[in-house]
Amino acid sequence: MSQHTAESFRLKVGLAEMLKGGVIMDVVTPDQAKIAEDAGAVAVMALERVPADIRKAGGVARMASIDIIDSIMQAVSIPVMAKVRIGHFAEGQILEQLGVDFIDESEVLTPADEQFHIDKHAFRIPFVCGARDLGEALRRIGEGAAMIRTKGEAGSGNIVEAVRHMRRVVSEIRNLTTLEPEQLMTAAKDLKAPLELVREVRSLGKLPVPNFAAGGIASPADAALMMQLGAESVFVGSGIFKSEDPAARARAIVEATTHYQDPEILVRVSRGLKAAMPGLEISSIPAESRLQERGW
Amino acid sequence: MVSPALPPDSSDKPLVGVLALQGDYAAHAAMMARCGAATAEVRASRDLQGLDALVLPGGESTAMLRLMDEALWQGLHSKISAGLPVLATCAGTILLADCVINPAQRSLKLLHVTVERNGFGRQRDSFITTQLDWSGIVTASTAQGLPLQNQEGVFIRAPRIVSHAPSVKVLARWRGEPVLVQEGTIVAATFHPELSHGPSPLHRWFLGQLRTGEDAVEQVAMGAKLCSDSIHASGN
Repeated sequence: MSQHTAESFRLKVGLAEMLKGGVIMDVVTPDQAKIAEDAGAVAVMALERVPADIRKAGGVARMASIDIIDSIMQAVSIPVMAKVRIGHFAEGQILEQLGVDFIDESEVLTPADEQFHIDKHAFRIPFVCGARDLGEALRRIGEGAAMIRTKGEAGSGNIVEAVRHMRRVVSEIRNLTTLEPEQLMTAAKDLKAPLELVREVRSLGKLPVPNFAAGGIASPADAALMMQLGAESVFVGSGIFKSEDPAARARAIVEATTHYQDPEILVRVSRGLKAAMPGLEISSIPAESRLQERGW
Repeated sequence: MVSPALPPDSSDKPLVGVLALQGDYAAHAAMMARCGAATAEVRASRDLQGLDALVLPGGESTAMLRLMDEALWQGLHSKISAGLPVLATCAGTILLADCVINPAQRSLKLLHVTVERNGFGRQRDSFITTQLDWSGIVTASTAQGLPLQNQEGVFIRAPRIVSHAPSVKVLARWRGEPVLVQEGTIVAATFHPELSHGPSPLHRWFLGQLRTGEDAVEQVAMGAKLCSDSIHASGN
């Protein structure tokens, strides 16, 4: 890494650090963005449709319209994120020029490139990418991602895939820490991950960038579960604005994310909430519609 | 994760509480530990007992405000007013400010500055500099024997201090603007020393001040007297 790239990467990871212990919420209008900010969101993800609606609508899902993202950026003082299609670096260039604070190279949108993800080192602003296991996380970090999130199964309202992905990453990290130096090249080969990052994870005992949870979080209990499993923050997509009381649910999830180890507070914030979003059994989602399979 | 508070007889390390509602509190705790302090996470007013100093970390100030219950708010206010030394960075500085703009929001009003949120711009305007101007405190820092001048400035969507009361001492500037200030027992930065490469000179200096016992409670009281909205009129 050149000195310039290294400095730029520190700034990117620095912003990710600031978002720790917080909740990043999907929003599709400036009004929703205000509700999210007032509820204590640390950032909003500006979208044209939340994942549950993308799933319903079908067809090709692209970067949101500039006008929507712009209006959301005007509405709030917290960082604004937006999604680009996997491999679609031109969408990334447009978002960077627009001034969004973080880009999600996301499997929720229809992939633009089945072979290559974006060279994220080429950008001034940070990227977050989804991962189902440690190898995938380290490949994305190798490409310049400054934050990793579980893929989970977006728009499902079902936490099971996020749990699977977080547990897998955490246990693969733990395994690495038990290896001798001479075993690391083989580990890198098996993980299909850069050796340097494998070494770094072994010595740190964690990912070198913040590790967040996403995909299927719908309740304060879901947020507390993911934090206890090792997530450093949570993304909530459809779970807030597809529920019956978005503002109250948003506030409850924010409190649950901070006080995830305090059952007394979890009871208090969970009390009186109306119905969560309806969830999907993963087995009811046809394989070709499972968003987590996108990317490698 | 932050190590739990050490029992009082285990060492003479100062116990630094780190506000852990949201943000980069773990980075602060790790830096404090690296610089020789014991640390404890603060999420409720009861966690404020027995601390020798407090860190208000970076993060999103709007989220921290939402997460703070009235008891914690009052607890912070009374402890800091009574002279508990504080190191605040970025969002922490916003929480302490007398007046917050862009947009206006609630604050503890214990540091007599007006702060503009995101005054340095969005993430694409974030930067790292080794060119902070320490001319305000050359004597103090050399007297401590700690090279504060080595402190780099990591600015991330940073707030700007647009005006300050005479009771506020400017310790460092960037391009003429105050980026590190001190008032009584409060030290507040708009940048992130906790994200420094290697041990942060500012954290070491802050802990060094605790040891030398420079008690500036009177200065806080004096600052409070000087405070009035008119001082900050230029910032509004």
